[in-house]
Amino acid sequence: MIEGLFTVTTSVNGTPYTRVVEPRLLLSDFLRHELGLTGTHVGCEHGVCGACTILFDGLPMRSCLMFAPQAHGHEIVTVEGLAADGDRLHPLQEAFRDAHGLQCGFCTPGILMTMKAFLDENPSPNEAEIRQALSGNLCRCTGYQHIVEAVTLAATRIAGRGPKS
Amino acid sequence: MKPAAFKYLVADSLDHALAVKAEHGDDARFLAGGQSLIPAMNFRLAEPALLIDINGLAALDYVRDSGDGAMRIGALTRQRTLERDPLIARRQPLVREAAGHVAHPQIRNRGTLCGNLAHADPASEQPAVLLALDARLRAQSASGERWIEARDFFVSLFTTALEEDEMLVEVELPALAPRTGTCFIELARRPGDYAMMGVAAVITLGEDGTCADARLTYCNAGEIPVAADRAARALVGGRIGDEQLRIAGDLAREEISPTGNAQASEAFQRHLAAVLTGRAVKRALAAAGSEEVGG
Repeated sequence: MIEGLFTVTTSVNGTPYTRVVEPRLLLSDFLRHELGLTGTHVGCEHGVCGACTILFDGLPMRSCLMFAPQAHGHEIVTVEGLAADGDRLHPLQEAFRDAHGLQCGFCTPGILMTMKAFLDENPSPNEAEIRQALSGNLCRCTGYQHIVEAVTLAATRIAGRGPKS
Repeated sequence: MKPAAFKYLVADSLDHALAVKAEHGDDARFLAGGQSLIPAMNFRLAEPALLIDINGLAALDYVRDSGDGAMRIGALTRQRTLERDPLIARRQPLVREAAGHVAHPQIRNRGTLCGNLAHADPASEQPAVLLALDARLRAQSASGERWIEARDFFVSLFTTALEEDEMLVEVELPALAPRTGTCFIELARRPGDYAMMGVAAVITLGEDGTCADARLTYCNAGEIPVAADRAARALVGGRIGDEQLRIAGDLAREEISPTGNAQASEAFQRHLAAVLTGRAVKRALAAAGSEEVGG
């Protein structure tokens, strides 16, 4: 059937949600306006800036380049789901705080989700690999230097090789 | 920055998707990765009345050997898969190398090869790569199917030979000849941006080390992906040295039809084509001489 409205059931950060939406609703707007998960930021809405990056079935993707109905039956993790334990930040988040990996913070959620998947696949990256992996996320404050340092610090801590915060 | 309203259909089979497309024609678009279509819709450059979502058709997500050494890639195979598939890495290293230049990892996780080709952006990498590899593309509709040669597939800017009821369902890459090396090089202001110029080189050596066959294609060099056949012919017949590289580069500079853009003037694009041709052929030559490629 070709429907005017679509019922979406999706898991976000482990919680199931069901909403009735217009097909044209972008997944980024679904997360922010339907579910109230405003940690996912919206920048360019054409796939360039990376602020809206989420994990879709475990892989980082642009939530502004998917429609809400496409999340039906899939698993999403947003920045709100990054800290598994509510009282303690994810090592990436701690490293970004400790290494001054953000200033205004607008790009940070997208960068954290991108780097989460990157470090899962490549736990001990060198600087060139980190910069390459960051290329799809724009930051206009930091000049990226502190972001690279934060990711390096996070990788070291996750591997248990460096000082704990 | 929000798309216009549209009807949305989740296809439950390829036949279902094709039947609906036959009924709605150009008013309907297939939605695979959507990484070019959705930005265009967000800008309202595209306003399809109906989207036929094929993401549930897992049977279209494959990379397989068609039995004679050729590789077949399905309509739902993501660029990410091409970057990581061991058979592609061994048999078609050019496709793997170019995939790493397609936008950013987040886009490659979703975007598909066939969607990339059907979008027919001449600045995109894989259309030039498929042209260099003499690939064939299978178009299917509710009433039948046909194969289209890569050189006939790209018609003009964002326009392909696909009819309004057809889907690009599969790509076939012929096996590389023995002693063939490939290379894709592009230059972009930032990694992931559209390249100012990109070149794909395919070089086949004879047993005596002379160049038996050569293919050079370019992205962002005209309205469609461009093959520089005169430049390629200049490489064939002897051993390739600095003089042949210079001649091929000079011919390629003249053979392509770049238009210039905000990032690179036409003259600079032509200059880049000449320089990158030399570099790409050198690297393809080195790969052709090694045993790792083409096996």
